This record gives sequence, C-alpha cells and structure tokens, in this order.
Amino acid sequence: MMRLKGRLAHKFAESPLLLLRLPAWRSRLLALLILGAFALLIGRAFYLQVLNNDFLQEKGDSRYRRDLEISASRGRIADRNGDVLAVSTPMKSVWAIPADAKLTPEQTQQLARLLEANPKDLSRKLASEKSFVYLHRQIPPEVAEKIAALKLPGVGQNTEYRRYYPTGEMTAHLVGFTGIDDKGLEGVELAFQKQLLGRPGSRSVIKDRRGQIVEDVGSIRPPQDGQDIRLSLDSKIQYLAYSQLKQAVAESQAKAGGVAVVDARTGEVLALANWPTYNPNNRESLSGAQLRNRAVTDAFEPGSTLKPFTVALALEKGKVRFDTVIDCAPGRMTIGTATINDAHSHGPLTVAEVIQKSSNVGAAKIAAMLAPQEMWEMFDAVGFGQVPELGFPGEVSGRLRPWKHWRPIEQATMSYGHGISVSLIQLIHAYTVFAREGELIPLSLTRLEAPPPKGAMIYSPQTVREVVAMLEMAVRPGGTAPKAQIPGYRVAGKTGTAHKLEDGVYAKRYVASFVGLAPASAPRLIVAVMIDEPSAGRHFGGDVAGPVFASVMAGALRTLGVPPDSPLQVVANAPVAKESL
Amino acid sequence: MVRLNLLLLLIAAACALATVTAQHSARKLFQSLEAEQERARQLEVEFGQLQLELSTWATAPRIEKIAREKLKMNVPEAPRTLSAALGQR
Repeated sequence: MMRLKGRLAHKFAESPLLLLRLPAWRSRLLALLILGAFALLIGRAFYLQVLNNDFLQEKGDSRYRRDLEISASRGRIADRNGDVLAVSTPMKSVWAIPADAKLTPEQTQQLARLLEANPKDLSRKLASEKSFVYLHRQIPPEVAEKIAALKLPGVGQNTEYRRYYPTGEMTAHLVGFTGIDDKGLEGVELAFQKQLLGRPGSRSVIKDRRGQIVEDVGSIRPPQDGQDIRLSLDSKIQYLAYSQLKQAVAESQAKAGGVAVVDARTGEVLALANWPTYNPNNRESLSGAQLRNRAVTDAFEPGSTLKPFTVALALEKGKVRFDTVIDCAPGRMTIGTATINDAHSHGPLTVAEVIQKSSNVGAAKIAAMLAPQEMWEMFDAVGFGQVPELGFPGEVSGRLRPWKHWRPIEQATMSYGHGISVSLIQLIHAYTVFAREGELIPLSLTRLEAPPPKGAMIYSPQTVREVVAMLEMAVRPGGTAPKAQIPGYRVAGKTGTAHKLEDGVYAKRYVASFVGLAPASAPRLIVAVMIDEPSAGRHFGGDVAGPVFASVMAGALRTLGVPPDSPLQVVANAPVAKESL
Repeated sequence: MVRLNLLLLLIAAACALATVTAQHSARKLFQSLEAEQERARQLEVEFGQLQLELSTWATAPRIEKIAREKLKMNVPEAPRTLSAALGQR
C-alpha cells in the first residue's frame, strides 16, 4: 500500500525519463550532423550561385530575355554621279514547318492566292516530310503583311534582302549580281564583296508579356551597313557605249562585241559594255556566253592596233624617224617558210604612212630592226601578258611568249598584233601611254578622289607626239578609218582587223577593232571597240568598229563638255586607204 | 528617437515610390524611342525604294525614248552647231 501511494505521489512533470542521464556525446553528434547538413546546403547554394551559375542563369534569362538580330543591308553601288546601279530592298520569305502547319482547305486556298502559287503545289509542300520548307522566297512586304494577318499555324516569315539593278542589262557585266543569300557572284558585286557586305548587329532585351521591348540588357552590337561603292562609271556614257555596240553588233551580224571608255586624265573606266548581255534582275535562263565579261575575260589577237607600239619603240630607240622610207613593195615578205601579206599592196611608205595605211610588211620590217628582248620588254611594260588586276573575276593575262623562244617570223607577226593575245581592257590600258605623253597609269573601277598615282614612263613625250600624229593620219582621208572622224574634234586612232585562231589555224573569221583617243591636242578620252566575227559582208576595223568609236567618242566628249579643238567640217567622200589584215 | 525613426521611414517610403515612378516613365520613354527607331528604319527602307524607283524612271533608254518620240528632239548636225569659247567675248 505504501508503495502504491509512493508511486502516485510522484509528480507528472518529474518524468523518470528526464532523470535519465544521457551521455553528452549524443547531443553533440546530433548538433554536428545538423550543422553538417546546413554546411552542405550552403555549399550547394554557393556552387549554384557563384561557381557554376551558367545553367540557372540561362534558364532565368530564357524566361524574359531575348537576343534580337538587327539586320544590316548590303551597300549600294552607284555610278560616278550618284545614280544607283544596284540597291537592296527588304523582302519577306514565307516558310512553314509542315508538322505544325495543319491548314483547312480554305486557308490553303487563301495562302495560295496571296503567294500566286498553285494550291496543289502548296499542299504538296505542306505535306512534305521535311522539318522546314520555304513556301515562297522574297515576296513584297505588303503581301507578307496580308499573309501574317491570316495567322496560319506553323507558317512564319523572315526578312531577306533582294538586290535590284535599275539599269539592267546595260551595266550587267560591270556591276554583276548577287545570289539569294546576299553573296556577290559576278562583277563588282563579287570584286567588292568585302566592302559591300553589311555586318548584322545584335542586342539583348527584356520583353514583357505582350512582346514589347521593355529594356535593353547587356551589350548592344550596332549593325554595320555595307559600304556604298561609287564606281568610276558614267551612266550616260555607258548607255551610249551599250546602245551603239548593240546596234553595231546587230548591223554587222556579229557574234559578240565590247566597248570600253577610259578617262585619260585619271585612268577611270567610264564605260564598259559587252554584247551579248543579260538582265541581272531576271536570271532564269542564262548561258555562259551571256555572262562573260568579254572585255576582261576574253583575250583575242588584236591585229594592227599593236602597230603603234612597235613603231613607237623603233622611234624611241632611234632606229627610224617619222619620215624614214620603208619599202613595202610588193606587199609580200617571206621570213623562213612563212609569208607576210598586205591585203592591199603598197609601194615605198614612210613610217608615218605605215601606220596610216596599216601595212603589215612595213611593221614587220621595222620590227626586224629591233631586238626581241627590247620588244618583249616594251610589251611587258605596257601590261600585255599580265593580269590587269582590276578585281574582276576571271581576268585574263593574254598571251605574250618569252622572247627567248621567239622565232623571227613570230617577232614579225607580233609587230602587227598576231601571235600575241590581249583583252580589250589591256588594250585600252596600254593606249593610255599615247594619251599621257608616254606615261602608263593603272585603270580604276572606282571613282578616284585624289589624282592618280604617278605611272611608269614607257616612251618619251616626243615619241608619243609623233605617234599620235601618225594615228591622226590614220583617221584622216587617206587613212584606214575616215569613218572614225568626229566633227569638231581631232581624233587619233588605229584600226585592227585580225583573223581568228581556231584550233591553231587562222580561220576566215575576223575580229574587227578600233582604239582611239580624242581630242588629239590634249587627249581626254580613250575608246576601244571590239566586234567579234562581223559577218554582214564587211569585216575591216575601219568599217565595223570605226563608226561605233566615232559615235561613242562624240557623245562622250559632248557629255563631258570637252571643248572642240578643230573646225566642225568633216571631209567626206575622201579616198579611203585599203586596210590590211 | 521615435521621431527620427518615423522621419526616416517616411523618407524611405517616398524614395521607394519615386523609384517606381521613375522606372515606369523610363520604360514608357524607352518604348517610344523604340517606336521612333523602328520608324527610322522604315523610312530608310522607303528611301532605298524611292531611290530605286527614281533610277528606274531615269534610265537613259527611257529618257532617250521620250526625248525622241514625245518631245521630238534630236542631236544637232555639225552645220547647226556653233561652239562658244569660254572666257572670250
């Protein structure tokens, strides 16, 4: 009984459990464990927030931050007066993700109508297995807006730039064109690709729920629009050259042709036209023949247009004088096993008359006085056999064989432009020496702001004055090209008529050419004309290329406001010297 | 002591409200700046298109055609040309 009472007597709060004396290490261990768990959590937090925070940062950013690309446009190409020759304008391309694009038949109909496409083709595209298809590339922005308003699922748009060429086929070869992804493929578009190309910029922004930009975060990289290129081209002169060439090729039923105009004071190319040509805005059916920038990529045997260089060298070296008489009778000359012919035989001619009447025999006899090495060095110095390096794709160097391997007959034929080949641009470049008192300056495709660099002196001014006088005689009555005369201006020029080489044999096909400068008293312009395979009965340079030269030169001089340097009358119906091949 | 604390609390509240307003107006201004920049881009594009249109209208073949056919102009022949020298009377 006492026991029971004793038990009841003890208070509830005095639980015997509490009286137990636990070992002290147990509580310490627990505290340590909890502390350790905290340390682990802090360590993890530190790891995630500080050491390895990329992943979470990215996840966070992706909720509100957007990287936007700011597109940059390709530079414009303009002529020397600022008239636009090539410009980019934004267009929209419509694409679809076929898996998401579940359109009702009406929607497909609507879309097809806006895209001006066949609904069946459209359905086929939308049913394709691919994960991404372009429905239509480069449609006008107005149409794109209408399509966007349809709010079709799985159909989206992006901005692309389309290049337009307002001058079209007129400047096609010079300006070139770009591919669909803004990459230059031909002409200046390719040559100046680096400068023209824009660099898109980017910026990071925070967008709100409605998709509006709220704030710029991070760094902004501003877009860099492509540089505008100012060409040396003058569109008026280019049009003149192009239309005259087109007409001449049609009239002489020729295969092809080219015209180049160069400003003699600066070396700037004012016009460069080729036929056949193409429309760069619509390049669906193009052939290689149309695409070729012949003036630069095709080398031809120039024929007599090289005679002035031979004669100038002989004058320079003191081998002949202006009035030294060369016996060109009987119009034939045999060297080794080969015979050189004049198309029309002449008697004794002075050196000036050899140029005026374009005698092959005369030129060959003058060349015989020169050492092969001297001739080669001169041809090399005026740029034959070297790539002109204007920057055009496919520029050719032409053919100038090393002098050590020249046979006497080759030296003779080279004196009148056979056995050597040049491009039209090389030929006109070489003629700058006659327009600049013997100085050869580089040609330029872009407008020069500073005066041209000093060029190499090839001939002395005295020699050049004499040669220019001879070239003037060639254009006057009694020369080979009276049709190249221009009322009001003194013209100096040289015809060329060359047989074409076909499989190593000279065929009965011709290249007619004319290179000349005016006004002869103070040359301002050089014009070179080349007509390939004229076949309407006439094939001489003076007949086929001469008139083209005259109209292009006359128009260009008028356009540039060059004062006339001779009376306005032209001696018409004068006897014409028969031209040599 | 209590007074000072109250004053500081008041200042803190005012600053907080000012921050909110400033942030709001900054966003408003930023949005209008965005809109103007977009407009500038549009105008730039339009300028390019107009330039294109201008050079399409002004191509040499078209000018020549109108000059010859509509305005009946032609290049003067040599006998009808008179040259005037500069700087002489």
